Amino acid sequence: MTQAPTANNRMAKAHSSAETLTEVSTETHLKWLRDMQLIREFENRTMQAYQQAKIGGFCHIYSGQEACAVGTIAATKQDDPVVTAYRDHGHALARGMSARACMAEMFGKITGCAKGKGGSMHMFDRPNWLFGGHGIVGAQTPLGAGLAFASKYENEVLKKGVHPDHKPKQKITLCYLGDGAIDQGAFHEALNLASLFDLPVIFIIENNGYSMGTAIHRHTANHENLVARGESYGIDSIKIDGLDIRHLYSEFKPFADRCRENSRPGFVDLKTYRYQGHSMSDPQKYRTKDEVEEYKNKDSIARLLNQLMEEGSMTEDSWKTMQNEIRDEVLDAVEFAESSPAPEVEAELFTDVYALPQKNLSPTAEYHHGARNPLL
Amino acid sequence: MTTLEMIDSKIHPAVGEWTLPDFVDEADLPGRDGDRVIQFREAIREAMSHEMRQDEKVFLIGEEVAEYNGAYKISQGMLDEFGPRRIIDSPISENGFAGMCIGAAMYGLRPIVEFMSWSFSFVAADAILNNAPKMLYMSGGQWGCPIVFRGNDGAGGQLASTHSWCVEGLYANVPGLKMAIPSNPYDAKGLLATAIRDPDPVFFLESERMLGDKAHVPEEQYYIPFGRARLAREGEHCTLVSFGRPVHFCVEAAEKLAADGIECDVLDMRTIRPLDIDAVIKSVKKTSRVVVVDQSWPFGGVSSEVITQICERCFDYLDHPPVRVNTEDVPTPYAKNLEAAYLPNPTKIEAAVRKVIEATA
Repeated sequence: MTQAPTANNRMAKAHSSAETLTEVSTETHLKWLRDMQLIREFENRTMQAYQQAKIGGFCHIYSGQEACAVGTIAATKQDDPVVTAYRDHGHALARGMSARACMAEMFGKITGCAKGKGGSMHMFDRPNWLFGGHGIVGAQTPLGAGLAFASKYENEVLKKGVHPDHKPKQKITLCYLGDGAIDQGAFHEALNLASLFDLPVIFIIENNGYSMGTAIHRHTANHENLVARGESYGIDSIKIDGLDIRHLYSEFKPFADRCRENSRPGFVDLKTYRYQGHSMSDPQKYRTKDEVEEYKNKDSIARLLNQLMEEGSMTEDSWKTMQNEIRDEVLDAVEFAESSPAPEVEAELFTDVYALPQKNLSPTAEYHHGARNPLL
Repeated sequence: MTTLEMIDSKIHPAVGEWTLPDFVDEADLPGRDGDRVIQFREAIREAMSHEMRQDEKVFLIGEEVAEYNGAYKISQGMLDEFGPRRIIDSPISENGFAGMCIGAAMYGLRPIVEFMSWSFSFVAADAILNNAPKMLYMSGGQWGCPIVFRGNDGAGGQLASTHSWCVEGLYANVPGLKMAIPSNPYDAKGLLATAIRDPDPVFFLESERMLGDKAHVPEEQYYIPFGRARLAREGEHCTLVSFGRPVHFCVEAAEKLAADGIECDVLDMRTIRPLDIDAVIKSVKKTSRVVVVDQSWPFGGVSSEVITQICERCFDYLDHPPVRVNTEDVPTPYAKNLEAAYLPNPTKIEAAVRKVIEATA
């Protein structure tokens, strides 16, 4: 199962970046723009709803990082597994979850993607192969290795689908984490296992420069050379500018294809920036307003929009139309979330605890099966 | 109450199809008497090998399980039969490989994760407590986690504080997991077979001190239902409740007491979640006295839970407050005499029963 990685198997530029770009249609570029703007608008409404106390708990806003989720997921197939941390609304939407299911989850409604049992940090979407939404920093990295282990096992050992309706194939798992997570033991253990067992998983570091409120130079050693961390495990590692989605895709797509073809892990230092605080309760005393403004001037949505306008694929009018459509979609999601019923205590509190509930599993609870998840 | 219409007893949208047999009465299981005598470790191996032959989704991973043939020789020969893709040596990296297998289980495989000792599971605590038992719930029923974690639990013999953990007191606290603690080879095989087919995460606790124990074990595969205690000995004066290795101490104590005409029911719980409290209540209603023997610490442990449930359900039947015999409430000592004094043993159990009997005579 194991094979020594070749001495220098870094990106050999199988496809040149320019070549990859020409393969991307205008239609796709417009879809990226739309997906990113959807996330931006969705997060604006999320913050509003949070301030109105319609959303509770911890809530982490993705604004600023949109190109990361959209640009990398664009390089995957629909049934490639995806797993991420708690800043997960963007990944859920980019993966294809409806704004309704995502918003309703945060409102704690039965129509949410986890029937209101997960909340902002736990977006799961089985039809779109999204395996969460995980709350403990770095905990999703071994899970990502395991998803890749399973897809490889399915393809090479079972040679048939784990479920009857699924065909085995060479898949790539995307496992997202923030720069704060690279200091966790779980992350290092996952990288070691992924390289040792030749697992087709890409660890995507959404490097927004802060581990909560601790700047990267204060939280990790050798912070200017994160790829060294991947390379030290014999893993193909690249650094990509995560604010320019076209550049991002042109670098990431051939990289991901190679990981898939060679059944090897990858490591990506994806430099990005978040506009909001770590969570909704963050006063952001650790950075200056000038710094935030500096990054807003490099905004990934504005950049793509300008490029498309310069190329004539987008006009002021068509942009307005797109924005209006998105605004309506998100407002509809908010309305849907507000008008949806909360999960009934009797019907849902004790369901989905066990797939096979049995007598006497608890001294106080009788477990049973509840309503079918709305996404299934 | 709403029910999930597509779930018959063998399919769940989060874990797919499983083939756990319809449960039978104890009387329908193959007999416990016979001359096919094998060791506890072989019984575990037989259960795993049989399930691996039946279902290619099942694989075994752990430290030294493959080329070393198992640190405790449980997986001896399995690499030869199943090959390195299904019998997998892991690095010493419990958080990594336990977490990896949880991801694999979510995807649809059925991993068996061997911890050389449950004492080493703490470095994987986030994976096994925060991910495995909660995945089905926090995904709103979308992704399940059919996985077995197994390994040695309890004092192994002068292994001192960090290597002698009994994790049941801590881990049984967590909803979403099931827990089995066999006391003998026959139950080990039948309970592990059930654990592997169960669609939920199962924590399976073995004991290094029992791996060499021998008993008759049927060759065929059989499935002991979870949540059914075994009556190891019958008597009307006092109920002894235990699980795992201390069951033997209870039987030994009961034999000594019988010489003085004190007869005990000895209940081997076999699983802690689910806990066959019905069997305990039935016995206590008969004997009116109960001693619970638990090899983990007393504070907030399994014995406390069993006694609480007894008090909740049949307080009026008790002639004497319930008594517990635990390991003493200190870190596990190294010195032979200190370790012996620390653990539950037949003498302590016998004394506890005599105290209850004398007080109610």
